[in-house]
Amino acid sequence: MITCQAIHKTFHGTTVLENIDLHVEEGKIFGLLGPSGAGKTTLIKIITGQLPKDSGDVSILGKSVEDLTGRDRNQIGIMMDQFGIYDRFSCMDNLKIFAQIYGIPTDKVRKALIDVGLEQAIRTPAGKLSKGMRNRLSLARVFIQEPRIIFLDEPTSGLDPATSRAIHKLIMDKKREGCTIFLTTHNMDEASRLCDHVALLHEGKIVEYGVPLELSRKYDHQKKILLHLADGEDETLDYSETSAGRIRMLMENRMLETIHSSEPNLETVFLELTGKKLED
Amino acid sequence: MGNVSVILRKQFKDTFKNKTVLIQFILFPVMTLIMENMIKLEGMPEHFFAKLFSVMYVGMAPLTCVASIISEEKEKNTLRVLIMSNVKPSEYLLGVGSYTWLLCMIGSFVIGASAKFTGTQLMTYEFIMGVGVLISILLGAAIGMYANNQMMSTSLVMPAMMLLAFAPMLSMFNEKIGKFAQILYTEQMSRLFLAMSLSEAEAKGVVCVLVNILVFTIFFMIAFREKGLE
Repeated sequence: MITCQAIHKTFHGTTVLENIDLHVEEGKIFGLLGPSGAGKTTLIKIITGQLPKDSGDVSILGKSVEDLTGRDRNQIGIMMDQFGIYDRFSCMDNLKIFAQIYGIPTDKVRKALIDVGLEQAIRTPAGKLSKGMRNRLSLARVFIQEPRIIFLDEPTSGLDPATSRAIHKLIMDKKREGCTIFLTTHNMDEASRLCDHVALLHEGKIVEYGVPLELSRKYDHQKKILLHLADGEDETLDYSETSAGRIRMLMENRMLETIHSSEPNLETVFLELTGKKLED
Repeated sequence: MGNVSVILRKQFKDTFKNKTVLIQFILFPVMTLIMENMIKLEGMPEHFFAKLFSVMYVGMAPLTCVASIISEEKEKNTLRVLIMSNVKPSEYLLGVGSYTWLLCMIGSFVIGASAKFTGTQLMTYEFIMGVGVLISILLGAAIGMYANNQMMSTSLVMPAMMLLAFAPMLSMFNEKIGKFAQILYTEQMSRLFLAMSLSEAEAKGVVCVLVNILVFTIFFMIAFREKGLE
């Protein structure tokens, strides 16, 4: 559905994207992870045709991005981190503008606002909305066009956990409807929870690519089993026959409370690969 | 034409919410309405305030409004979202330009009515205003395209506005300013308003207006090619 091959981009002599290759399958959520300034937004802009690339190929919906027609573009929804909302207009009027552009009946606008949980703010001027509500309005604007592919640039950046969870639910709902979703984030928890595949972007290069759980397993160098016992003590075991026997004994005696593997999260994987944190 | 109509409707809906733009549209028509009806001095030329304010209206309102609308949309990224939603830059500019032209023509009709222009006189007045507003829109759109935000737009609009709106007024009192101002379309409008008849218009004045149209069209096209609506 989305394919990038050898994408290269420089700004004033500084390389911001170098040899980017990636593939996003239809109906999947793809996460581009990286700290601020890694090149995530630049890559989204190149893929969506907002920014020219220096070299390489981008194919989207089976066509080169340069060959996309107006009808193709209507199948692509984009929510960038800068909102693009008319502050003086109500939520309803904001969406009506885009509904008219896409030729969508007005009754769908109300439904879209209800779907994103803005039913109480339908007549509220967008300028009076909180950041989370503005993000929801941006999502509603993307959703009304019923796109096949959705690009979300940092959809939960700066939001509280409850609002982030609500937005995660909306994204998962869209995935269930068959949408392909490309999102950028520097939140590894968000990526692990939502994404089928992730790419870790560091200083314009993809340093790792894969299924989040598989990446965690790949970088599990410790190969340890972490036990929390009923008496409050913690215990670390190797992968061995002796450890299996120990676990069996603890379980039989009801002394084992929880059992964990030592797989690192994506934050730790990124730190190992780049020496930097995702939040940096 | 569908997207032009969407932009046009959006702008009309925004008129009463956007006080900055609204004031520009109504200030001079309201001032003319008041002054023409309240101040009558002996020896004062006929329709003095209507003619004076008309030139100022053309030099200020369309210029400020178009530049302000475009630069605000650029600053708040709404323009980018519109373009990504398949609105062509030409459609957007046509929508904003038509909106500004229509509102300015309503304003100029109020000024014309305040001066009690009727029949041919009113049509001549509206024609001159229509051409003047169009030239100002081209200049305002070019400035809006060059400006990255509203503050920059205001800084760029201000000198152009002062020149176009005030040079014709000052040329009444200073011959040197008058000589310079004659190259401006607003000064030529001011001279046309004195006769209020197109048949009595000097060829030099008509040529000057045509040259202004050409120059500002070229400026608009350069801005569109260089900056577009990015």
